[in-house]
Amino acid sequence: MNRKLLTGNAAAAWGARLAGIDYVPAFPITPQTEIIETLSGWFERGELQGRMTVLESEHSMITAAGAAAATGVRVFTATSSQGLLHAMEMIYTVTGWRAPFVLVNVSRGLSSPITLEPDHNDVLAARDSGFIQIHCANCQEVLDTMLIAYRLAEHQSIRLPIIVNLDGFYLSFTREPVEIPDQSEAREFVGEFDPGQIKFRASMPESQAVAVLGGSPYSYFRYETHLAMLEALNVYPEIADEFNARFGRFHGLLECFECDDADYLFVMMGCFATKAKDAVLRLREAGIKIGLLRPRLIRPFPSAAIAAAVSEKKALAVIDQNLSIGKGGILHAEIASVLYGIGQAPPILASFIGGLGGRDISQEEFFEIAQTLINASKTGETPPPRLLYTAREFKELKNLRAIAQVERQQLKENQP
Amino acid sequence: MTDTRFARMKDLPSTHWLGAGTPMCAGCGGLQALHQIYDILGNKTVFVNAAGCMTLLSIYPFTPFRGSWLYTAMGSAPAGAQGIRDALDILLEQKHIPPEEDLTTVVLSGDGSAYGMGVSATSGAIDRGLDFLYICYDNEGYGNTGQQFSAGAKTSTSKGPRGYPGYKKDLFALWAANKPAYVATVIGAEPLDLARKIEKATQLKGSRLIIALSPCPTGWDFDPKESTEIGRLAVKTGVWPLKEYQDGRVSHTKIPKERLPVEDYLKVQGRFAHLFEPVRNEAMLAEIQQRIDDYWADVV
Repeated sequence: MNRKLLTGNAAAAWGARLAGIDYVPAFPITPQTEIIETLSGWFERGELQGRMTVLESEHSMITAAGAAAATGVRVFTATSSQGLLHAMEMIYTVTGWRAPFVLVNVSRGLSSPITLEPDHNDVLAARDSGFIQIHCANCQEVLDTMLIAYRLAEHQSIRLPIIVNLDGFYLSFTREPVEIPDQSEAREFVGEFDPGQIKFRASMPESQAVAVLGGSPYSYFRYETHLAMLEALNVYPEIADEFNARFGRFHGLLECFECDDADYLFVMMGCFATKAKDAVLRLREAGIKIGLLRPRLIRPFPSAAIAAAVSEKKALAVIDQNLSIGKGGILHAEIASVLYGIGQAPPILASFIGGLGGRDISQEEFFEIAQTLINASKTGETPPPRLLYTAREFKELKNLRAIAQVERQQLKENQP
Repeated sequence: MTDTRFARMKDLPSTHWLGAGTPMCAGCGGLQALHQIYDILGNKTVFVNAAGCMTLLSIYPFTPFRGSWLYTAMGSAPAGAQGIRDALDILLEQKHIPPEEDLTTVVLSGDGSAYGMGVSATSGAIDRGLDFLYICYDNEGYGNTGQQFSAGAKTSTSKGPRGYPGYKKDLFALWAANKPAYVATVIGAEPLDLARKIEKATQLKGSRLIIALSPCPTGWDFDPKESTEIGRLAVKTGVWPLKEYQDGRVSHTKIPKERLPVEDYLKVQGRFAHLFEPVRNEAMLAEIQQRIDDYWADVV
């Protein structure tokens, strides 16, 4: 067993390498670039067989990824933020090709204003595309999820591409000790790439991704893709168990931390959830029975598992590191859709928006959220949605605005 | 042209590979060119298509192609060709497929994609030296949606007295500036010239790009039976120079001895009616003729 300090990006690259990828269409973007740099070094030194091609855009990169997978090789690619959005036409398109591959998205807030630091609006823009979506919270989980993702994507009853998501900066550039599985054992777990019927060969002419006329065949193919993705909810646990048996680490549909006896839950996705874990331990020391629920799969959405995990809790706080402008937190809405109609739904489902563009969420804020849940469950009234934003931050922003106004005024006065 | 198996018309292939009964319009000059091109390329090909009229060739569960096909999107067909080429090369290198399973990668797009949305992906493919053949059927407008202006257009959305006031973007020069292995213009009305160029393209490695001017009865407003004649007129009037680029040099493959006046080509198409009705626009006609004369003055 090989244990090394790896960044989240390096863990993603190691996962791709161990999975036995053949082809990497690439395009650089912060904070993802380290992944393709690492892979490129391995290709150059002959440690990886196959080929890397740098395309001229992410739109082309995803086209090439889908086309290569549809020709019959194992494909890996990576992007982030604006890159994912630039590719969005093809993100939707290639899922219908039913050609599996893995895309790592290193989450980063979207323009505008343009920023480098993370939140989840980029990856959630791909929510309805047909990509399976798995969110990671630490570097080991990134590496392990890569191996699981190839198994899941290539499963004969699924055959869909997968986005493995990790948060920019906080996870992409943070070094953690990571166990790197043995190459042959990893390859044995992932298996050989089997293109099935989806391939291009001279002896077997094939028309792929052809047009349809009318809503009837269109509905058929779209719904078939939906059913294939739902099937991942059945297949995933088998693969996760097999991974656990082989490597001794379990990564479920959800992570439930201190959930069993909890009255209250934080609900979060991604690596900021590790901050919530810390808060859970401290709040429990203070006698508050609280836990953390972290869905790893966002598509397919593990509705039944979530319903079971939150059943009979007093109150939930969904902390969304994203914002659906004009609606609110996206995970909050998703959780709400699960709770309606189940018998033991928690009476309080509060919404908090935090960590946009990499803004930190402090322990004090988790304590404040916990207190809000306790108060709400006493009064029985769900509090209005809240943005985590301190008075001090607001004052600092007002200072920036004042500077901007003074600058403008001085420019005006200095004009001849 | 030397070393060609197409010395005269009767040398052209008698086996036709592309199926009939497609949803293309009657008299489609693009389909005419595609038939001729496909007869030479054959079925060991994968056509990577960008959104356009010919996307409708393959509608589930039918296709006129005996070889393979992948529809991508309007902007990135060359990137689809890149993914397929790379994957086939990997499979060949790793001996997962024998050489006889290999395919020629062909991009098929209209001018809307080739002159506009797909330029970035094409330029990237040429930069990377992608081994592929690009076929643009150029009907000088977004034909599939009703002949709105594209950068390949002479006139279109504007039906005013002056029509579309700009001139056609020089895609041939734009492609050739990237120094690919081969660039050529063709037209279905000149099948021998077309066949020789496709033959030459198939013998070369690297990026090879073909622009086929495609007379379009619905978009250009003429009777479908005139399609071939209008194609011939495009060549005879010098509107569509037949030429090729190779090894840094451009050469013309068919120079009209005596060019017919451009109005012979313009007046038979409804899209240019504004030049003749309600009054002859002498100034415009002279301007167009002058442009063509200027082009050929540099050639001969």
